[in-house]
Amino acid sequence: MKNHKTIVLSNQEISPGYFRMRILAPEYNRLAKPGQFVMFRVQRSLLPLLRRPFGIFRAGFMPADCDTMPPKEFIEIIYKVVGSGTEIMQGLHYGDPIELLGPLGAGFDLSLTGGDSIMVGGGIGLVPLYMLAESIADPSRAEVLIGGRTRDDVITVTEFERLGVKTFVSTEDGSLGDEGLVTRVLESRLEKKPGARVFACGPMPMIRAVEKICRSRGVQLQVSLEELMACGVGACLGCVVKGEGHTNDNPSYLCTCKVGPVFHAGDLAWEDTVSADDCECGADR
Amino acid sequence: MNRREKVDKPLNLQVEIAGITFKNPIMPASGTFGYGEEYAPYLDLNSLGAIVTKGLSLRPKAGNNTPRVCETIGGMLNAIGLQNVGLEQFIYQKLPFLEQFDTPVIVNFFGNTQDEYGEVAARLDELPAVAGLEMNISCPNVKHGGIVFGTDPRAAFDAVSAVRKKTSKPLIVKLTPNVTDIQVTARAVEEAGADAVSLINTLTGMAVDVKTRRPRLANTIGGLSGPAIRPIAVRLVHQVVQAVKIPVIGIGGISRAMDALEFLIVGAKAVQVGTANFVDPNAMATIIDELETFCREEGIEDINDVIGTLKA
Ligand SMILES: Cc1cc2nc3c(=O)[nH]c(=O)nc-3n(C[C@H](O)[C@H](O)[C@H](O)COP(=O)(O)OP(=O)(O)OC[C@H]3O[C@@H](n4cnc5c(N)ncnc54)[C@H](O)[C@@H]3O)c2cc1C
Ligand SMILES: Cc1cc2nc3c(=O)[nH]c(=O)nc-3n(C[C@H](O)[C@H](O)[C@H](O)COP(=O)(O)O)c2cc1C
Ligand code: FES
Repeated sequence: MKNHKTIVLSNQEISPGYFRMRILAPEYNRLAKPGQFVMFRVQRSLLPLLRRPFGIFRAGFMPADCDTMPPKEFIEIIYKVVGSGTEIMQGLHYGDPIELLGPLGAGFDLSLTGGDSIMVGGGIGLVPLYMLAESIADPSRAEVLIGGRTRDDVITVTEFERLGVKTFVSTEDGSLGDEGLVTRVLESRLEKKPGARVFACGPMPMIRAVEKICRSRGVQLQVSLEELMACGVGACLGCVVKGEGHTNDNPSYLCTCKVGPVFHAGDLAWEDTVSADDCECGADR
Repeated sequence: MNRREKVDKPLNLQVEIAGITFKNPIMPASGTFGYGEEYAPYLDLNSLGAIVTKGLSLRPKAGNNTPRVCETIGGMLNAIGLQNVGLEQFIYQKLPFLEQFDTPVIVNFFGNTQDEYGEVAARLDELPAVAGLEMNISCPNVKHGGIVFGTDPRAAFDAVSAVRKKTSKPLIVKLTPNVTDIQVTARAVEEAGADAVSLINTLTGMAVDVKTRRPRLANTIGGLSGPAIRPIAVRLVHQVVQAVKIPVIGIGGISRAMDALEFLIVGAKAVQVGTANFVDPNAMATIIDELETFCREEGIEDINDVIGTLKA
């Protein structure tokens, strides 16, 4: 955990509205774990004020500028342009100064990737699953279900394929892969591999549907959540979700930035297990 | 005089408030620095003037639903709802970590009733590791229709008096800016026995998501902080300095030494840094460095010579 004043190495549009940014990031190959994130300071001015959280897509090394230097360490993030911060980000180029706080949060519990693994990624939710896939010892027992609204939302399929992970693509409008929701694909894959562990990241409605499917089948599930964050380090208490057994009298609030962003589904309070009022995971963002 | 000579002059950044000695006038604002441990990986806690902890209540407090934070132009709104671990957990799980530093620990606290304020203060008074108390009076009095203590000079006076009876530790009362005349509240708490005042707490604000037409915070209304509020905070500190004899600690939108200096010049003896910690976890260390540089460049040997030097 450190704040690096660093630079952008490259920044490319990989699909309409989606960018892949490579950032100089010393020590991240050693430190970053699958599922962790960074707090990204878009520029060193006060606008936008707060840092933006982004999942780490991958960490790697690239050749130095000259032979006598050690290779450069970098990370890549993939982001969707949605607002003021990401709009500025899409205009950044090689050499532009930015700041990176991280790696932050608790990642996936890797002790659960020994058997069959099914990763479910909706749109940009695919990002944290790549490092997870990289870490799986036997990729032939892992598969990734990639969902998006349209073909433009389906990203990094070839990267997963290159790891030897089986990929299943579905889009809501049928413009790429199967037509329909990724959760339908999950149900059919679980028919084939009932003992698989599931790892999911994506929009909240998808996460909730995945949780229901897994709970009804007794399948172990880990989810990566997004919450609005100010600090990213557990200080502001802005990013909390309700934990399993939360009630107003006996509150259990877990910081997404510190305890998460990856949670065991069983550690959280879900919409239908507590009253809607008590449930954070029911927030419809 | 050449540059070298200037650099070698000893420089005093130390200030004293209500019997507490601060290495320098820079400390975190409550609620933006957790219990210190969250920021320890990024910043040497020994370098700070003090550590001010998250607002504490007698029992653990759940806080509000999410969304609890949202960004606005040059600032942010928060409605955390004073979530905290409660007094006992604080004493056993959080305080021991802070004791290892050579930095005064100031514990921010609040109550839902006047009695609760007193109870927390009494308990904190027993703890040698606590250098001082910061009493947050920007919370609703549940016994009196939820009127915020700090917006009613009478209620503020009574609450501070109740706390004063329970503690001999330095007592800083943190004022809310959401009042018509802050000088009235400042005088009331001074009269009730406060050793110092700190201000400002957040300004109430609201933001709306125009697509969903819903408030952007679950609580609808939140507290505005960050650079956007600084001119208001400087003005209020200026007014309070005129109104009371006790020392004043300035808070609101400080991200650089230049910002801190504005408060010192209008008469604050120290300042707290809040939202800027989120933007840069190293912000306070940078501010302290910049403050030293500023003093050296301006030929100032003692930061106390800057305090209250506003010219007409
Ligand atoms: C742990 C974590 C990992 C994430 N990983 C990725 C990723 O890999 N790729 C990606 O494209 N996005 C990711 N997000 C979402 C990303 O943080 C937001 O899309 C981004 O902050 C939007 O910033 P903006 O200024 O463009 O949008 P604005 O709407 O202008 O932002 C305003 C404020 O809201 C916050 N905000 C807006 N949307 C979100 C959101 N969905 N989640 C959290 N905060 C939000 C911003 O940080 C900012 O403080 C992640 C979020 C979290 C919490
Ligand atoms: C997320 C957050 C939580 C806060 N929690 C508290 C608190 O528990 N007690 C308190 O007295 N003030 C609290 N404050 C107010 C700050 O201490 C400070 O007065 C205010 O943010 C203005 O300073 P700033 O502009 O530097 O942030 C909080 C502020 C923020 C942003
Ligand atoms: S973002 Fe501040 S506590 Fe998680």
